[in-house]
Amino acid sequence: MRPMQAFVETACRFACEVSVWVVDKQPVNGKSMWGLLGLGAEQGMKIVIETTGDGATEALKALAEIVERAYDKEPEPRA
Amino acid sequence: MELKRGIPVSPGVAIATALVVETEGVRIQRRTVDKSLVATEIDHLRIALTKASADARENQNAISAKLGKQYGAIFAAHALLIDDPELVREIEQMIAQKNYSAEYAVSLVMRRHAKALESMNQPIFSTRSSDILDIEKSILKHLVGEQGDPLQNLQEPVVILAHDLTPSQTANLNPKMVYAFATEAGGKASHTAIMAGVLEIPAVVGLGRFLTQVSGGDEVIVDGNRGIVIVNPDPETRERYLVLQKQSVSFARRLDELRDLPAATKDGTRTLLMGNIEFPQEGPHCTDRGADGVGLYRTEFLYLNKTSEPDENEQYEAYLAVLRAMGPGKPVVIRTMDLGADKLFQVGDNHPHEKNPSLGVRSIRLCLRNLAMFKTQLRAILRASPFGDVRIMFPMVSTLMELRQCKMILADVKEELEEEGYAYNRKLPVGTMIEVPSAALMAEEMAKEVNFFSIGTNDLIQYTLAADRTNENVASLYNAGDPAVVRLIDRVIQAAFKHSIEVCVCGEMSGDPIYTMLLLGLGLRQLSMTPQNIPEIKKIIRSITIEEAKQVAQEAKRFETARDVNNYLREQTRRILPEVVVN
Repeated sequence: MRPMQAFVETACRFACEVSVWVVDKQPVNGKSMWGLLGLGAEQGMKIVIETTGDGATEALKALAEIVERAYDKEPEPRA
Repeated sequence: MELKRGIPVSPGVAIATALVVETEGVRIQRRTVDKSLVATEIDHLRIALTKASADARENQNAISAKLGKQYGAIFAAHALLIDDPELVREIEQMIAQKNYSAEYAVSLVMRRHAKALESMNQPIFSTRSSDILDIEKSILKHLVGEQGDPLQNLQEPVVILAHDLTPSQTANLNPKMVYAFATEAGGKASHTAIMAGVLEIPAVVGLGRFLTQVSGGDEVIVDGNRGIVIVNPDPETRERYLVLQKQSVSFARRLDELRDLPAATKDGTRTLLMGNIEFPQEGPHCTDRGADGVGLYRTEFLYLNKTSEPDENEQYEAYLAVLRAMGPGKPVVIRTMDLGADKLFQVGDNHPHEKNPSLGVRSIRLCLRNLAMFKTQLRAILRASPFGDVRIMFPMVSTLMELRQCKMILADVKEELEEEGYAYNRKLPVGTMIEVPSAALMAEEMAKEVNFFSIGTNDLIQYTLAADRTNENVASLYNAGDPAVVRLIDRVIQAAFKHSIEVCVCGEMSGDPIYTMLLLGLGLRQLSMTPQNIPEIKKIIRSITIEEAKQVAQEAKRFETARDVNNYLREQTRRILPEVVVN
């Protein structure tokens, strides 16, 4: 749950709107733990983060960093 | 008498009156309010949410101070979920559009989320429905008032029986009054189970439906060592457990008597008694009982309940915490990750379904297929190695090739650290668990490859007798006293002697008093067990001579059935130390 917690806490620090998309689902509010939990996003899944409004660029950078840091280690291909 | 088997998550035994706690959700009546009152209802909701969120933060601080920051973090997440703008919007909408009362709207919305998470069928989330229940209750408390928390202000000792306990209920239990708890739901990895271990309250979870067979006031035994719950025990069982409980109650006294005395036999043969631990917070459980070290530090907790792999520094910190607690010079044997693929975030979902997980891709097999993850753990262990007597141990090795592969990867990681300029113990002792019969049979060859063996009797018994002890239909086959098991252990010890390497037993067998003489007699001088068992085993060791133990082992090896072996060992244990309770 921890990376998600960090994601929401960071998103809430910015004034802009944050939405998160995955394939085949409605976008959810990136400032909402419930929303993100409901996405069922897991490692290896592609997600799109969209920010609009005040501080959108900075927010996007910070959020992308959290996602990358949490999931940067790709699972090794199985022999 | 009614006996139920579940999952033992916190050791110890207790016998007391049952307190049955209704926790299957707070029952809220469907209620609507007049349109003119919608605004007031929404105000009530907002105040309740603010208060509930403040409670969660307070819980976070209290639990952080009491048990450690990472347990407090569970409640930080609760606060975040309560403050959630989407949640507020959703509940308000329900009040405004359907004129539902605030409490009914809250309970509807929470139920919907709990259901959605459960249906996701991801192990990471499925243990979390108790967290949602926790949140729901904390909000409702401020809307409809406290429904009289039966767990607080207990006047007499009880055993708590519930469908499930929420993490905050568990964290706030008073160990002086709550002798134990048992729940229908839950698993080894749930927050509730973790808290029970840290608080040292005996607990059994995952019992399945049984509350309908119990009423408050029934006498109940919870055996957290074996995962057994007995309702209305017969006189004989009751007597047996009363003695066991008395021992754990008078434990503080015995502990003081024995703590600083060495675990040496009457003739002065020194043995090492070490603790098996799972969480860094359990280091003090070992030192409190005068343990000579940590013989088994399970590292699975780092990987459970996680959405991603634990990073190197997080692991490094967890290892250092135990080294600090144990102090310099006390060995700490760190076992690499020993989980099944189904329990793991990363590979869990794209892992093909296994018909027979205990014979499938798990433990070292999983690590050898996920090298990046494995190397991260090895790096963290190596980096912690200069700060104490760290040793590394590989679990579930079944062939020599696997063991060689592990050592090769370890050598690679050492080289990496060397290049990066990290300090590590170049002579880090490397050991392997012997818990698969094939490894026990190849012990001679295995011994040439490592510095020590640790015999994991739990799995060794299961694999040798092909019996799962949680399956009550075959549980009687699972027996540490079975001659086949005794012979395998004997063989492993002989192989270790021949190649002058250390050997230890770290399964539950080592904490069971009836096997102490046998194990010592077979030649073992190191035992690692649940820290709570150390004083009792020490007492036995201090009451015998090595010669006596050898004779007992010689005799025990002659029997042909588990029953004869156990009867003989029980008799001998009673002879040596009548006050020890043997099962």
